[in-house]
Amino acid sequence: MSSPDVPTRGPARSGPYVIAGVLLAISILVPLFVPAYASDNPRLAGIPFFYWYQMLWVPITAALVGISYRLVTKEDRRRREAVRGVRTEEQDR
Amino acid sequence: MSAVLLPMAAPDRPVNGVALTVVIILFLVVAAMGFLAARWRAGEKTGLHSLDEWGLGGRGFGTWVTWFLLGGDLYTAYTFVAVPAAMWATGAVSGFFAVPYTIVLYPIVFLLMSRLWSVSHRHGFVTPADFVGGRYGSRVLTVAVAVTGIVATMPYIALQLVGIKSVLTVLGLGSAQNALLTDLPLIIAFVVLAAYTYTSGLRAPALIAVVKDLLIYLAVIVAVIYLPIKFGGWDNIFGAAQAKLGTVSQATGKPAGVFIPGATSYSAYWTLALGSALALFMYPHSITGVLATKSRNTIRKNAAVLPLYSLMLGFLALLGYVAISAGTKPIDLNGTVNPQLVVPQLFLDHFPAWFAGVALAAIAIGALVPAAIMSIAAANLFTRNIYRDLIRPDADPRQEAKVSKIASLVVKFGALVFVIGMDQSAAINMQLLGGIWILQTFPAIVAGLYTRWFHRWALFAGWAAGILYGTIAAYNVVNPATKAHFGGSVAAIPGTNIQVYIAIVAFVINLLVAAVLTLVFRAMKLADGRDITRISDYGADENDPKVAQLEREYPLSEAGGATL
Repeated sequence: MSSPDVPTRGPARSGPYVIAGVLLAISILVPLFVPAYASDNPRLAGIPFFYWYQMLWVPITAALVGISYRLVTKEDRRRREAVRGVRTEEQDR
Repeated sequence: MSAVLLPMAAPDRPVNGVALTVVIILFLVVAAMGFLAARWRAGEKTGLHSLDEWGLGGRGFGTWVTWFLLGGDLYTAYTFVAVPAAMWATGAVSGFFAVPYTIVLYPIVFLLMSRLWSVSHRHGFVTPADFVGGRYGSRVLTVAVAVTGIVATMPYIALQLVGIKSVLTVLGLGSAQNALLTDLPLIIAFVVLAAYTYTSGLRAPALIAVVKDLLIYLAVIVAVIYLPIKFGGWDNIFGAAQAKLGTVSQATGKPAGVFIPGATSYSAYWTLALGSALALFMYPHSITGVLATKSRNTIRKNAAVLPLYSLMLGFLALLGYVAISAGTKPIDLNGTVNPQLVVPQLFLDHFPAWFAGVALAAIAIGALVPAAIMSIAAANLFTRNIYRDLIRPDADPRQEAKVSKIASLVVKFGALVFVIGMDQSAAINMQLLGGIWILQTFPAIVAGLYTRWFHRWALFAGWAAGILYGTIAAYNVVNPATKAHFGGSVAAIPGTNIQVYIAIVAFVINLLVAAVLTLVFRAMKLADGRDITRISDYGADENDPKVAQLEREYPLSEAGGATL
């Protein structure tokens, strides 16, 4: 340890992380549960359930990850400001 | 539908003049962009004379560039060529699992990668092996991770070449009689790729990825709307696919493929998806894409927007079924059926020649982009973790960049020799082995991001056990038709008849060995290596000082603390 260990973030509130964790767990576990969707019917525009259901989970997961992003970055920002005092955060482009 | 048919490469295949011209023009445009990329956002003083600049594009890519870069990096010839080919040949279990794979990928990336970004940013790590070295202070473990990364990447690059080759074959270039002439277009494409990667580093694929994406989205959207209308709707297409996949093969006595997985293949399906998702961000080229981003949360934001590519992948996979109903005949130069040609052939048969040219160029460029990033990533591993750690510990950034540039050439020409010299199916089988191998670096890298509980020697033993089991199990999978080894990536869990992806079993063995030996080594009081990282490093963002800077500001401390 050659220089003092300056914290980069303040203490965490567990709320946002728990919610994000649940959303991410859903988006990992549900698409992997094959018995739920290994069937031909109901078809959508001629596409069997097996195929369109999995494609449907692409935007659902994107949305869940997007919500998690908002929750976690907001908390991340708060924790950073807690250590360093309020300063102009460069917006993440 | 193809317009001009010239008998140039007779007797093998006719050359489609219009499509070929469009491909050549787009290739030239892309090559010019590749060379000009060196000036794009170039570093003020150093130019491209450091690994941060050449190998990570200056570590400054924001959300948009990262989206294109990672899209080009992760969705490769595997997506455009191999997945539809697998759908065409054997159906859902060997092809469509790529959809859940690229769904569950992003929550996993979200969870893991920003911590890796933070600690790497703080310490100037360029490769995953740099991090493992910094965390565990074990040179053996670092080299194991580095070598696994390089070896697993080589066949992945070779697979990109197979993709380019499939486009060239369909266009009518090459002949079965003259080996040199056959591979000449591929060699030219590759020399150009090597040259602009050498000059521009990671900036070249980042810039080219933008063009490639516009082309590929255009091609896929048109294909997905136009082709189903042409072949009587999805009902017809799925009907044809179901009929073909249900046909019992004479060679094996089993159906040709799987239309909708039955209960016995559930475990294979989800383990293939999960194992591939866990493995993908252990590949050096994926991590290179992550470390090139500007701030800690850029990669998280991208995890929410990158799935657009997965939607494209899903539709591309279904093009394999479209090709079944279209009666596409993917006949290779030597007269055999080569499923890898399915999508290029489908485009050429059913699009107007000029648009087929655009679509084929998109596929070829879509293979060049990841090939460039992969060779850069492998070269960085060689430079940082073999050259610097083992040969020249005092190498400065300029020397590192120089060695990396040369190593990137060596890696690419290695892959080229591999593709020209060996059977193409060998590349695909090696790539499958690559996935099994690279997943064995997961415990060292990912566990290290959260805890230092594992002992370095236990991690090494776990890695060795996983590699050993994975290689043997993959070797023992025999292709029922050709009787060749390395015939697939799915095998029964030892002692049961539950079929799963080999990488997952190897990974579990790896974890168990690492956990048990950690307890044993702790009991024996075997020394831990030096850990140069600190808790605060794992949450650092772009504005936090880097370790090098902290040491300048606290001159009382000893110098050289941040080296491995």
